[in-house]
Amino acid sequence: MPFLKKVWYITWKDIRSEFRTKETMTSMLIFALLVLVIFSFAFNPTPTETKRIFPGIIWVGFFFAGVLGLNRSFARERENDCLAGLMLAPVDRSAIYFGKVLGNSLFMLVVELVTLPVFIVFFDYSVRGSLVALGLIFLLGTFGFVAVGTFLSALATNTRTSEILLPIILFPIIIPVVIAVVQATASIFAGASWSAATLLWVKVLVAYDVIFLVVPFLLFEYLLEV
Amino acid sequence: MTGSIRPVGPSRFWGWVLFVVMVAALYMIFIYAPTERQMGDIQRLFYFHVGAAWNAFFAFFVVFIMSLLYLKTRSTRWDVIALSSAEIGVIFTTIVLVTGPIWGKAYWGHWWTWDPRLTTTLILWFIYVAYLVIRSSAEGENRARFAAVFGIIGFVDVPIVFLSIHWWRTIHPKVIDATGINMEPEMVITLLVSVAAFTLLYFYLLSQRVAIETTGREVSRLRDRLRTRAGL
Repeated sequence: MPFLKKVWYITWKDIRSEFRTKETMTSMLIFALLVLVIFSFAFNPTPTETKRIFPGIIWVGFFFAGVLGLNRSFARERENDCLAGLMLAPVDRSAIYFGKVLGNSLFMLVVELVTLPVFIVFFDYSVRGSLVALGLIFLLGTFGFVAVGTFLSALATNTRTSEILLPIILFPIIIPVVIAVVQATASIFAGASWSAATLLWVKVLVAYDVIFLVVPFLLFEYLLEV
Repeated sequence: MTGSIRPVGPSRFWGWVLFVVMVAALYMIFIYAPTERQMGDIQRLFYFHVGAAWNAFFAFFVVFIMSLLYLKTRSTRWDVIALSSAEIGVIFTTIVLVTGPIWGKAYWGHWWTWDPRLTTTLILWFIYVAYLVIRSSAEGENRARFAAVFGIIGFVDVPIVFLSIHWWRTIHPKVIDATGINMEPEMVITLLVSVAAFTLLYFYLLSQRVAIETTGREVSRLRDRLRTRAGL
């Protein structure tokens, strides 16, 4: 079986088990919306204020919701010893990693796709800029976040304090993604879709994604040792 | 029986060497070095700041190397050094983060600015505190392995953090630029002695910490063995 097919099987397993209960996605969606509500109370957004903070707010919402999903990603495999089953599957450990990354990225992108319009409506934000550029940024940003997040989720899940450990170890590492994705989103929303600034942040995101796909790929087998 | 494990801390000799160098550094920092014309005495913080900063980065580099060695050889020796170095690195980073704002308030008028070097140092602090949290949260054989994995990930992340913050903004005072060092010769010598003192301190603490950790592990190993023998 080709490698990509194995990866897809792991992803498909995650999608199917998620759609049986829908618990992770529901929590992520509701949480992202809650962040929106909390922010509007915290900042009492006027139109000028909103213009400035909107790109930051949406990504804080996505990242916080994303951590919830990532926490579940491996925690769910602990029930009934699913992780042992997964590790016994005749696939490379890296296939498990890539499969999970793909699945988690899809979950997060769905959450973003659903909540972004809600954010726009509730903050009465007028969006400009190219949709293609925005889509690219969302893909790259989400992927970078999830690539590191999935890896560290596998690490955190085997510790005593798994759920509270993940955000502590994940957020310092994803600072470059936070900066790049928020700056890029801001410059696209400001109408400068393909400006030099946007392209710089695209490059940063691409570099980050590649590095943090390769390094976890090399180290993943050390996390799932028995 | 692992009779080879005889944890000995740094010898008395190195303790005295460290003492002498530190006294010399203090003398040079407070008496020998001239007072900076614009900043005044507050500039003397700089010698502590740079000494701690240089060694903090060095300590984290050691963590990285030891993490690689541990994953390759699985010898607990490297793990013990990585742990010790990370702890010292966090303390030195804390010194940097405390002295920086004190100086900044006096000279810039702000406690803090989100410039690349300051911010990277702050993130560095978070990364290695996270590293220590992983160590206390993981159990058994996982502990060393997870810590080593994170020690590598964290170190790889640092340059990317620095660059992305750099593109985001910039205003740290450039003491050393392309034209050379903008300092009086006495200041340069003082700085070098101060950095040397901090470096010696780092190695002294490291070997002390490694000895304590090794002893601690040996004690708990012996205790477990006695318990097993007693059938508990």
